[in-house]
Amino acid sequence: MTTVPLETVTLNRKDFVSDQEVRWCPGCGDYSILAQMQKVMPEIGYPKENIVFISGIGCSSRFPYYMNTYGIHSIHGRAPTLATGLAVANPALSVWVITGDGDGLSIGGNHLIHACRRNIDLNIILFNNRVYGLTKGQYSPTSRVGMKTKSSPMGSIDRPLEPLALALSAEASFVARSIDNNPNHLVDILTQAAAHKGTSFVEVYQNCLIFNKDEWNDFSDRKSRDDHLLYLEHGQPMIFGVNRDKGIRLRGLEPVVVELGNGISESDLLVHDAFANSTTLAYILSRLEHPSVLGILRDVERLSYADGVLGQVKEARAKKGPGDLATLYLDSDIWEVK
Amino acid sequence: MSIIEEKDPSLKELDSIVIRFAGDSGDGMQLTGTQFTNTSAILGNDISTFPDFPAEIRAPAGTMAGVSGFQVMFSRQDILTPGDSPDVLVAMNPAALKKNLPDLETGGIIIVNTDSFTKSNLAKAKYLSNPLEDGTLEGHKVLPVPLTSLNREALKDIDALSTKEKDRSQNLFALGISFWIFDRPLETTCEWIEKKFAGRPEIIEANQKALRMGYYFGENTEIFRQRYRISPASLPEGTYRKVTGNEATALGLVTAAVKAGKPLFYGSYPITPASDILHFLAKLRHFDVRTVQAEDEIAAMGTVIGAAFGGNLAVTGTSGPGIALKSEAMNLALVLELPMVIVNVQRGGPSTGLPTKTEQADLLQAMFGRNGESPIPILAPQSPTDCFDIAIEAARLAIRAMSPVIILSEGYLANSSEPWKIPDVESIAPIVVHHPAARIGTNGEEPFLPYQRDPETLARPWAIPGTAGLEYRVGGLGKAPLTGNVSYESKHHEQMINDRAEKVARLADVIPEQDVYGPENADLLLVSWGGSFGAVRSAVIRAVREDKSVAHAHLRYLNPFPRNLEEILKRHKRVVVPELNNGQLAFLLRGTFALDIESYPKLHARPFRINEISNKIDEILAQQ
Repeated sequence: MTTVPLETVTLNRKDFVSDQEVRWCPGCGDYSILAQMQKVMPEIGYPKENIVFISGIGCSSRFPYYMNTYGIHSIHGRAPTLATGLAVANPALSVWVITGDGDGLSIGGNHLIHACRRNIDLNIILFNNRVYGLTKGQYSPTSRVGMKTKSSPMGSIDRPLEPLALALSAEASFVARSIDNNPNHLVDILTQAAAHKGTSFVEVYQNCLIFNKDEWNDFSDRKSRDDHLLYLEHGQPMIFGVNRDKGIRLRGLEPVVVELGNGISESDLLVHDAFANSTTLAYILSRLEHPSVLGILRDVERLSYADGVLGQVKEARAKKGPGDLATLYLDSDIWEVK
Repeated sequence: MSIIEEKDPSLKELDSIVIRFAGDSGDGMQLTGTQFTNTSAILGNDISTFPDFPAEIRAPAGTMAGVSGFQVMFSRQDILTPGDSPDVLVAMNPAALKKNLPDLETGGIIIVNTDSFTKSNLAKAKYLSNPLEDGTLEGHKVLPVPLTSLNREALKDIDALSTKEKDRSQNLFALGISFWIFDRPLETTCEWIEKKFAGRPEIIEANQKALRMGYYFGENTEIFRQRYRISPASLPEGTYRKVTGNEATALGLVTAAVKAGKPLFYGSYPITPASDILHFLAKLRHFDVRTVQAEDEIAAMGTVIGAAFGGNLAVTGTSGPGIALKSEAMNLALVLELPMVIVNVQRGGPSTGLPTKTEQADLLQAMFGRNGESPIPILAPQSPTDCFDIAIEAARLAIRAMSPVIILSEGYLANSSEPWKIPDVESIAPIVVHHPAARIGTNGEEPFLPYQRDPETLARPWAIPGTAGLEYRVGGLGKAPLTGNVSYESKHHEQMINDRAEKVARLADVIPEQDVYGPENADLLLVSWGGSFGAVRSAVIRAVREDKSVAHAHLRYLNPFPRNLEEILKRHKRVVVPELNNGQLAFLLRGTFALDIESYPKLHARPFRINEISNKIDEILAQQ
């Protein structure tokens, strides 16, 4: 394994810009995600040559071409599998999977859940625009029921998946959500995802101007969007709203929105616990629609997959010594012919 | 054990014997056959085995569907197959008798467990009357043994076990009888029993006792008066062990990794008959073997691509249905131009087909079963031990050409075993790997070209993440030469297709020339591949000895073909390809060389028998 000493030279955003011309549609949310990623890269503590981006197929999956790191633009839905092999082959790498709602949840749904449950040291960034962009506008596994597209002229009858709920059910140890139009928030979430050991699953609400431009309208108007978004902070009561006058309470097992005042104070609200071992609270938050949550739903420590594999290598070597072929060949009933 | 070594005057010396153990899937026939084989191997016989079992783990007891068999040939001569038909059949129940009787040599010996010939078992085997009494077995030498009751009687003093548990030892009672008839010692099996059931003294006692009592029963009973001895074979000097094809494949893969100085990455999804490779490698963590049991076949292929990109020696193993699922990812591997080995242990197809039976019907899938122009080198082992050499060779070629390489093994080779002369580790050449070095400080001034090809091999550089200054992006889209950047240009597309094809073709520079057994200008040339080697070569040896004008070329390299193959094919009047499919290699040879090549297909999902080939040779030569 090649190990190169960490260079003392400080890198900046531009070092991560590749020589390839970016070919997304004008105004696409992907531009912002790319820019924030390039900004985050110098800060994550890895030399540039130890960073790898792997994607599947779709608009978002062109991402690796634009990052001046190692990268693979792979096949539809399979990016987590390549990333798994790579992370096991060289655990010193920072491996990023770039996927979308079609790539990650439809054709690649199986790989996504297994990557999460194995806790492979990957950062999976799922761009969710609730539509198929590259194939020109069919409904996706996150599209709302009733959404009219070329392939659902009378409205989609598929029930959508909630990506965060799926990741939680698949035992992901880091689950978060951010949005393309809030650079500071996105930078913060990507930085924390990078720092987490194990699978970090991040959903990014991403705007597709061409095929689904109204999807995130509630979150686009800077003046009113905070009425629709709850920013999670560990240990803090769940308060939101432009005037920070609303909160989330639990009634039975149901989260409800309450107005602060009139006998309801902060101490009556749910307090976020991102480090809880149980996924119950995170799951409830993942299903919230009004408001939607942004931030880290879950962040727990668990043995990463590559550490598990290499731990066994170490353990086996401690017990049996490093493998010796001659000994292995003889490890059976043997006989001599003279 | 002095009794065992007593000489019996009625001991008859033979060259070879084929014995088949048959019973219910739960009767322990694979184990019985394996123990008989191990003892014979250690005695110095050449051996070759053929396990034949149903895909169902436990089909209903006593039914034809549940019959499991294990055939072993042991010989004082060099043998290449497990034998055409058994001389001796050990049948534990009526279904086992019914299923295997048609294969038995005329005059062959049948040892039957008479206790199992009950009304209900006869009915399950759809026997209308008892074959032991109605003349069905006329012409054979039948040795009736009430195995179940004898075994229960033998173990009556072991109180710790129930009757049901005691009955589990009756296969060892049968093995004991077989050991007596064929003059084999009990030690190897006794030691194995101790190891296998360590910590369970009552089971050790029962099994060892059953084995011994079976032996003594043989010795003390008049019905077994005739015994047979097969002297040790004159194999080349050395230390030997027995290996199955799957074991040899796994041993070859880990050897290749050590010789390349790489961790071995094995990503695989369980599938019959390839899973044993995964099982074997999973035990080798101390060799830095990194096995990943993936969530599906596609994922397994994906992990292998990722591991190859990361610089491991990456391998996956599967069977035909798995290859079908992997083919899109195999094409990604092809265009990323990364080295890896893809093992296909072929089974009967199409679809789920016959998971536990053998076939060679995935050749054209390996050649052409992917979208676009997709040349991948293909190798095929010819025997269980050859799986070792082929695995190393596949890894060597993959790294040389920076290409995936397919190994077409098959169920028959995977599960069959033969003696393996253990090689000297030092005699296996290292596998040379080159990774381009880091370029610190020159980044941007002298751009790294990930698709700059080696002028000799046309391989691209194996640059791995972690190497400073070589950061590059690569993908499944069409690409430009040198940079590997996305390109839709016609001339780039054409050049990349041609370069990849030429790269594979150039492996013919380093693979051995094709050899031919038999007279140079024989009227008939048989061309075979894979596990058919043993049967075809045995038949041709026999024919050549009888001065028949026949020769044999066995192909281990199927893509590219050896350079001299065309010339060989042209110099024979008739070329016939015996293969376990509907003419795939013949089709490929005709298409490649525009020559008149005939196929001799066998579609029974069973290996060729020597006699089938001999008869075919005679039939063809008679037409001349």
